Amino acid sequence: MIEQTYTKTELMICVAARLFEDGTTCFIGTGIPMLAAMLASKTTAPNIVPVFEFGGTGAILEELPRAVGEARTFHKGISALGLCDTMETAQRGFIDYGFLGGAQIDPYGNLNSVTIGEHDHPKARLPGSGGGNDVGSHCWQTIAIMQHDARRFVPQVDFLTTPGFLTGPGARQAAGLPPGTGPLAVVSTLALMDYHPETCRMRLKSLHPGVTVEEVVANTGFELVIPDRVGVNAPPSAEELRLLRDEIDPEKLYI
Amino acid sequence: MQILESGIGELIQPFDLDEFRAWNRTKKTRKLVDKRMTEYEAISQFVYDDCYIGTELYGTVRCPMSLAREVVRQGKKNLRVCGQGVLELDLWLAAGIIKKLDITYIGLEVYGTTAALRRAVESGQVETCVEWSNASISWRMKATAMGVPFLPTRSMLGTDMLKYSAAKVVEDPFTGIKVALLPALILDVALIHVHRADKHGNCQIEGISGFALEMSRACKRLIISAEEIIPTEEIRKYPDRTLIPYYLVDAVVHAPYGSYPGEMAYMYGRDEPGIKEWVEMSKTAEGADEYLAKYVHGVKNHAEYLELIGDERLQKAVELREKRE
Repeated sequence: MIEQTYTKTELMICVAARLFEDGTTCFIGTGIPMLAAMLASKTTAPNIVPVFEFGGTGAILEELPRAVGEARTFHKGISALGLCDTMETAQRGFIDYGFLGGAQIDPYGNLNSVTIGEHDHPKARLPGSGGGNDVGSHCWQTIAIMQHDARRFVPQVDFLTTPGFLTGPGARQAAGLPPGTGPLAVVSTLALMDYHPETCRMRLKSLHPGVTVEEVVANTGFELVIPDRVGVNAPPSAEELRLLRDEIDPEKLYI
Repeated sequence: MQILESGIGELIQPFDLDEFRAWNRTKKTRKLVDKRMTEYEAISQFVYDDCYIGTELYGTVRCPMSLAREVVRQGKKNLRVCGQGVLELDLWLAAGIIKKLDITYIGLEVYGTTAALRRAVESGQVETCVEWSNASISWRMKATAMGVPFLPTRSMLGTDMLKYSAAKVVEDPFTGIKVALLPALILDVALIHVHRADKHGNCQIEGISGFALEMSRACKRLIISAEEIIPTEEIRKYPDRTLIPYYLVDAVVHAPYGSYPGEMAYMYGRDEPGIKEWVEMSKTAEGADEYLAKYVHGVKNHAEYLELIGDERLQKAVELREKRE
């Protein structure tokens, strides 16, 4: 058999797609989460209900949305309503998973998408929360999808935009966020991470093929929990790659 | 109610609900008058320097792009803006006409962060950025739409979003849980683009409605641009399709391809090369100026703009529309 070659981004999307649980409601952020949702809906989770913040619910994802309000986010959908409706649906506990990106993530899964440097005199002004904060506040569980390097995996985010576990165990509930909510996993270009159930700190779960623990540690700006056993993620299958390249992102906007 | 935490962000649009009620009583006619006008007339009559203004939905989707370009063309300045935007607010930032922002998201989505936003904020040209989540800014408008001074939410709690907003955290007097109170937002002017309107301002929208319901009910002046002007009999035949009733509306501007280069659900798709042109040119201040010179100041109005774009590209956008099948 000829060995498949693939990029880190393709692998990251495939590993993220496999996390989608069939028959659940999933809030989809802009960018890579859209590709993961499409791949999931064409493979292991054909019955997910994608929810896009400006009002599209239950779309059949035939073509990659380039915007969270594009008609592709309600193509053959269940409903096309408005932003308040989708966000209120999340706030009253109807959205199972939120899939998000960010510029920075910290050990507790907090994300930053507002500023690098001080807020009032930023080194870099980023787009802002958008729906990110709402998704991280109200969805039952959130999954972050990120490029993996020490500039992005930082001890403390410059601006805490989207709540992960905040400062650790109990912090979300103390802040008033709904009980039972929080980050579930991080899919990066190097590995899949989850969170230690007691300390709420990010923990290495499984490596992408060919990646070493040392490489992950070297590219993480904080101390990652390393368990005794670390698994290895399956590489993209030929079918996953075909779907990604031929059907999901043929224009190569992301891959 | 004890305030547990207060955001340090400026309330850049203080509000008075009783004054808003009086405004709605005295300044908004109930008569079915003809409100059609040109984009020049609408913007010059209702948009003014220092006003607090918002656009809906955003730059690539059902956006009042023709009105946004006219605001720049007329040299309006020192605008205070509520910012969920893509191309339209990027144009305003590049033109240097935004002074203060209630910002939720200004970015180019698939093309990432915007250089125009970076230049405007990092240089201090935009004096202040008050942070809100997308839901929060819409719920602020919803509070106004309901006629109440705030709405409680569980968004923004525990984060720097709360700190740099103008929200306040309190303990809910009924259940004891913590909630963030979002202050009502009353815009001086709102710009909304719709699929169809009659001459009085009754509006129909297809596809998602974004935050059009909330914004249309949370502003003192509302300028509607519409792809089509339809007879009032059509409105009355399908009253269930009216999302924005006429009495909210101050001006109706006929603007075919008003959201171009963005899309309009079921009418035309987005023009990717047209969007990319802005993405590329806005990377430098000089490029952005060149773009504005060509597409905003280089044409007198929206009709001339469409001539500049040309039928071929517009027809291509029509072919790329979402179809009901």
